[in-house]
Amino acid sequence: MIPLKIVKRDDLPRNKAIMIRIVSVVLSIVFAGLVIALLGYNPITIFTSMVKGALGTSIRIQQTTLKAVPLLITSLGILVAFKMKFWNIGGEGQIMMGAFAASAVALNLNLPRPLMLLSMAIAAMVMGGLWAFIPAFFKAKMGTNETIFTLMLNYLAIKFVTYLQYGPWKDPASQGFPKIATFSKEAILPSVGGVHIGWMIALILVVLVYIFLNHTKKGYEISVVGESIETARYAGMNISSVIIISMLLSGGLCGLTGMIQASAVEKTLSSSLSANYGFTAIITTWLAGLNAIATLFVCIAFAILVQGGNYIQISMQVPASVADMIQAIILFFVLGSEFFLQYKVSFHMYAKVKKEAK
Amino acid sequence: MKKFTKFLAFALAVTMSMTALVGCGGGASEPAADADKAAEASDTAEATKVGFIYIGSQNDGGYSQAQHNGTKAVKEYFGDKVETIIAENVAEDKQTVKTTAINMIDQGASIVIGTSFGFMDALEELATEYPDVTFLHFSGNKMNDTNFGNYFGAMEEPRYLTGMIAGMMTKTNKLGYVAAFPYTEVHIGVNAFALGAQSVNPDVEVKVVYTNSWGDPAGEKAAAESLLAQDCDIITQHADSAGPQLAAEAAGKLAIGYNLDNSEIVPGAFLTAPVWHHDKYLVPTIEKIIAGTYVPESYYGTMKDGYIGLAPMTDLVPQDVQDKVNEVAAKMEAGEYPVFVGPISDTKGNVLVAEGETLDRAGIWTVMQTLVKGVSAVE
Repeated sequence: MIPLKIVKRDDLPRNKAIMIRIVSVVLSIVFAGLVIALLGYNPITIFTSMVKGALGTSIRIQQTTLKAVPLLITSLGILVAFKMKFWNIGGEGQIMMGAFAASAVALNLNLPRPLMLLSMAIAAMVMGGLWAFIPAFFKAKMGTNETIFTLMLNYLAIKFVTYLQYGPWKDPASQGFPKIATFSKEAILPSVGGVHIGWMIALILVVLVYIFLNHTKKGYEISVVGESIETARYAGMNISSVIIISMLLSGGLCGLTGMIQASAVEKTLSSSLSANYGFTAIITTWLAGLNAIATLFVCIAFAILVQGGNYIQISMQVPASVADMIQAIILFFVLGSEFFLQYKVSFHMYAKVKKEAK
Repeated sequence: MKKFTKFLAFALAVTMSMTALVGCGGGASEPAADADKAAEASDTAEATKVGFIYIGSQNDGGYSQAQHNGTKAVKEYFGDKVETIIAENVAEDKQTVKTTAINMIDQGASIVIGTSFGFMDALEELATEYPDVTFLHFSGNKMNDTNFGNYFGAMEEPRYLTGMIAGMMTKTNKLGYVAAFPYTEVHIGVNAFALGAQSVNPDVEVKVVYTNSWGDPAGEKAAAESLLAQDCDIITQHADSAGPQLAAEAAGKLAIGYNLDNSEIVPGAFLTAPVWHHDKYLVPTIEKIIAGTYVPESYYGTMKDGYIGLAPMTDLVPQDVQDKVNEVAAKMEAGEYPVFVGPISDTKGNVLVAEGETLDRAGIWTVMQTLVKGVSAVE
């Protein structure tokens, strides 16, 4: 038998929790370094190049920001749901449906730019919210499992956009290539500081979501429902309405990501637009400990990893898989530390000896 | 806290023992560091940096590998004057393409070459944002007057030749075609193949299955298998991997590849393949860009130019077939054998090219959007 004893922790002092997190990051870097060295690269050069590649020049900072924005807004959306312990795995689909609604506006209406962008954003948030409302409704009324439900709705959304791309929305000017027409200039978000204004929207949303969750009645209700439905019911909260409102918000924020990506980045709709942000955001939200402010920093850190990884592929001509591996190792350790935050591990033999000594 | 320290100590011990292991690996990491220094040194030597963006990996056994052969030829030709940097497995969404290209430019690339059709819109935007960088796009149809050109080839010529081979060698009169997208570039190839086959065998039928992806080894293999199940005995492809050829070999049937000479990878089935000689375009073009004499163009290389051709036919192709194909190939190389000569009609019998009419490049890209008679496609 493995001489290990695993016990769930009741309570963990704050400094110890921070300690575990720091150790996990250090270990992940050491371990990633080992693997890099075994592959025949110099780990120090690789790591410094990654940081330089993500933050070294203003162009690189812009590229890092471009990656952080969709991740951050999606994470905030996921956060609102996770706070309620509603496991919204459907960010990917909500992004897609948001992008779809924004594109429907962009491709069919002829409006002046501010009005166009506003309509696209509203359409995207409503559509993303509605897409999240479906599983929320069934959870609230029939107690269905939201994890499976939201996950499956992702594939529905992606297939739907694929259908549009290959079918009715295919650009007639593309000579049969399955792509949707590019938006007009009116439908494209302006840039500030070399990056589309999505970064400002994201920062504002961090503050708004933080205030909403921590300093409003509805935000408090969401936490209470998350902690204990019984308590919420006893306190006379309308649980169904809390579930539905928080999911409308969660999906709405993810939908907004879809609008920003479609408008500012792809400048059209495509079935690869969501680019796994809906899934990656689950990790970043979790790592941020379900805190809106922390989400900002985790998403930036993650974007640095991604941009740094892209950079070293080109600057050092390392295979894409090396960068992927570094990301995977760091995530593995950092997520693994969650286990040690939740559980206490002790060596069985040691415990036994101690008992006998008594 | 004590137990936690114990855990830490344990973890550290593990790490340290592993560090000892790396002592051996450390030696191997030195050359990488040197290479890095060398790269930095060459920066100052004013080598022109050329960035190549591939949709697949440089050893995908097909499309991107053929592109990479061009890159290697560039490196070989220019030596120290040019530094080539590559990015593999770049998806066709705009953010990925732009980030990749911008990272290249940020590192000093003054020429960026995108080698997949779906990179087009991203490259077009970049050309406006970075007027000092020259962008070349393979297979696209967009360009500007200053720093954005495209290049492609008359693949219909070697495709026609492979059609002749298949038409003469088939026993079931059914040929299978694994195609990426129902897109004009693909249809030009399918049609040329069908016309080549029909020129030697009027009863031949071409069946097309689309994979809806440029590169999907598993999907391409599955598509080939479905064609083999429909009695096709020769499989060809407009897709990036060697999957269809491997499927044909496994079924004991024959295959005509694309992009690369795969006679060694698929010895039991490989007949030949229409191939690219990217160096024929890249070397003179990069030379012009460096000299400052490049004017954006839409290059369309032919067999006469040597930009495209047929991989050497293997021993699986009978000598009389080879002779007949070589005869036509010689005429193409002399520029005397256009592929799309009327009468050509579509699958419903409508006339696409009237008798006595010959399509030029522009004509090919407008008329050949639909499939010709004798071809059937499943979407």
